[in-house]
Amino acid sequence: MTQVDIGMIVVFGDPVSTELARTLDLAGYAWKGVSSWEGAVDARPATGWAGAVVDLTVDAEAAWAFVRSLRKGDSDPARTLVLVPGGQLADLELRDDLFDDFCLAPFHPSELEARMRHLMAATVTVAARSDLVVYDDLALNLETYQASISDRPLDLTYMEYELLKFLAQNPGKVFTREMLLSRVWGYEYYGGARTVDVHVRRLRAKLGEEHADLIQTVRSVGYRFGQSRWGV
Amino acid sequence: MRDQQCDYVLKTAAERGVRMVRLWFTDVLGNLKSFAISQNELENALSDGMTFDGSSIDGFSRVQESDVLAIPDPDTFQILPWGDKSSTEARVFCDIHHLDGTPFDGDPRQVLRRQVQSLRSDGLSFYIAPDIEFFYFAPPVTGERPVPLDAGGYFDLTTRDATGDLRKQTIRTLEQLGIPVEYSFHEDSPSQQEIDLRHDDALIMADAVMTFRLVVREVAAQHGVYATFMPKPLEGVQGSGMHTHMSLFRGDDNAFYDPNDPYNLSPLAKSFMAGLLRHAAEITAITNPTVNSYKRLVPGFEAPVHVSWARNNRSGLIRVPIPKRGNPSATRLEYRSPDPSCNPYLAFAMLLAAGMRGVREGYELPGEADANLFELGDRELSRLGIGQLPQSLSDSLRVMEESDLAREALGEHIFEWFLRNKRREWRDYKTHVSQFEIDRYLGSL
Repeated sequence: MTQVDIGMIVVFGDPVSTELARTLDLAGYAWKGVSSWEGAVDARPATGWAGAVVDLTVDAEAAWAFVRSLRKGDSDPARTLVLVPGGQLADLELRDDLFDDFCLAPFHPSELEARMRHLMAATVTVAARSDLVVYDDLALNLETYQASISDRPLDLTYMEYELLKFLAQNPGKVFTREMLLSRVWGYEYYGGARTVDVHVRRLRAKLGEEHADLIQTVRSVGYRFGQSRWGV
Repeated sequence: MRDQQCDYVLKTAAERGVRMVRLWFTDVLGNLKSFAISQNELENALSDGMTFDGSSIDGFSRVQESDVLAIPDPDTFQILPWGDKSSTEARVFCDIHHLDGTPFDGDPRQVLRRQVQSLRSDGLSFYIAPDIEFFYFAPPVTGERPVPLDAGGYFDLTTRDATGDLRKQTIRTLEQLGIPVEYSFHEDSPSQQEIDLRHDDALIMADAVMTFRLVVREVAAQHGVYATFMPKPLEGVQGSGMHTHMSLFRGDDNAFYDPNDPYNLSPLAKSFMAGLLRHAAEITAITNPTVNSYKRLVPGFEAPVHVSWARNNRSGLIRVPIPKRGNPSATRLEYRSPDPSCNPYLAFAMLLAAGMRGVREGYELPGEADANLFELGDRELSRLGIGQLPQSLSDSLRVMEESDLAREALGEHIFEWFLRNKRREWRDYKTHVSQFEIDRYLGSL
């Protein structure tokens, strides 16, 4: 068994399945299994994690929460691969910023190995994500968490900011409340889709009368940011 | 989640050059309390809380354990839209804890938090929309009667409405703070205003009411005017209430709605309402906590006196508004006795506790009282089984004292302290000889 010298990979699974463990071992990766974000923080090597493999098959909610923390934490590994059951492919939608590659589960060991090799060999870390989202008079700086409208700063709470960021990154697209709840709040949030409505109302209040219609209510569906793609 | 929120708060404070962060909390009487820390201290405050001596806060510590811990709730971090541009300030609401980290039982915010959390075990969330009334006056002169700014009336829109600009600026400030306003208008009495807030989760709404009262006073003060939430500042005209609209949601659905019921009310809504009616007297000291509150609760001024409900009868305690365009999600109960001098955390907590007692014990809802109750005699009312709200602070304290519901919902500490404090208020009032008595008795007796 050869050791691939790329550093330590963090593997999320509760527990890490034997097939996954065997595949990683045979491919020669040094890896550490964890079942929580705290676990990953505790076990983090001094040089940081070289990559992450996250198994979505057992507890998807916990796994997405883990990926989210991973992306936001300081120990953000440049490359994250998720293992997703075929029936849950829709879960990947609008989460492109959370992972770099995926593999269908149950996986074929040689496919996973090939994808891992390709992902870890990529010299570019990730295409630099743009730090600025601009739509009409609205600007969001993702680095500093600051938002402004017509050059006036918008003082948002954390969840208001996250919701506006998500919407502004996907202009013209209609989202159901459930979709917004799962993508912006994550599953861990209690309170139901009603939560989305009250946050939208607070955002509109802060945007002010002249910009409140940036977030449109699409009757009996949900919300849309900005103009629809068909210009209506 | 909390880590990310704290990170957001720290970055925002740094980016926006926040000089001072005001840590806000509320005493048992419903007064907003605050102490300020510098931006450097914020990280520490978010992770460990800030210790302060609670013994001088109304209803807080007993002297032997006076130090408590204020732990900021990062989701309430908000830059304040007033004050000097060069020294930006922010506020954050805090929960109060003992030094060992356990929740402090003198903290009203946690009384409401506890009630709301116990509702989660039933899969429900509690939404509230208050209609808040208040008066603008010229700056008060000690010993003199308050002077209104105009003689405008209900919905008036004329030059007589000198308060229109004030109201407009107040609303703009509220919206910058993320408190959406549904309606606002000139109320019935001279320089009386009403601002109706859009419904929100009960805990967030209680925070919003605290912010609201500060914003109204702040904007008024900027214009050299005085705003008051005193329930009945002027004799002979309507007082200020805080009608409270309530609904329970199960996920996306309004749990009060039932399309097959003649009233469109679910069994849950009916037993919740029955709970409110049965326990109304017990919670009145909390919803109407001052001597002055009871001068509003009299016949003839659109304030409730009788413990009853109806769809379109503003003389009863609870109104069931008919939702616009039959919109099911707007199904709600409007509880009309509270006034804006109350502690919103305690008032919302008691309303929820009373309603849920009705739900958990399956109370039967009495019939709708659609007659004008002010026109019915005592005998007629008692035949209909309609009681009255307590007539004075003393009466409501007496009923509250016997209430297991109030003791349980408020917790021993606040329950005992509140009764003690309010009895003292009543005693002070009772020994006062008023102008009414001098005018009426001095010459004739």
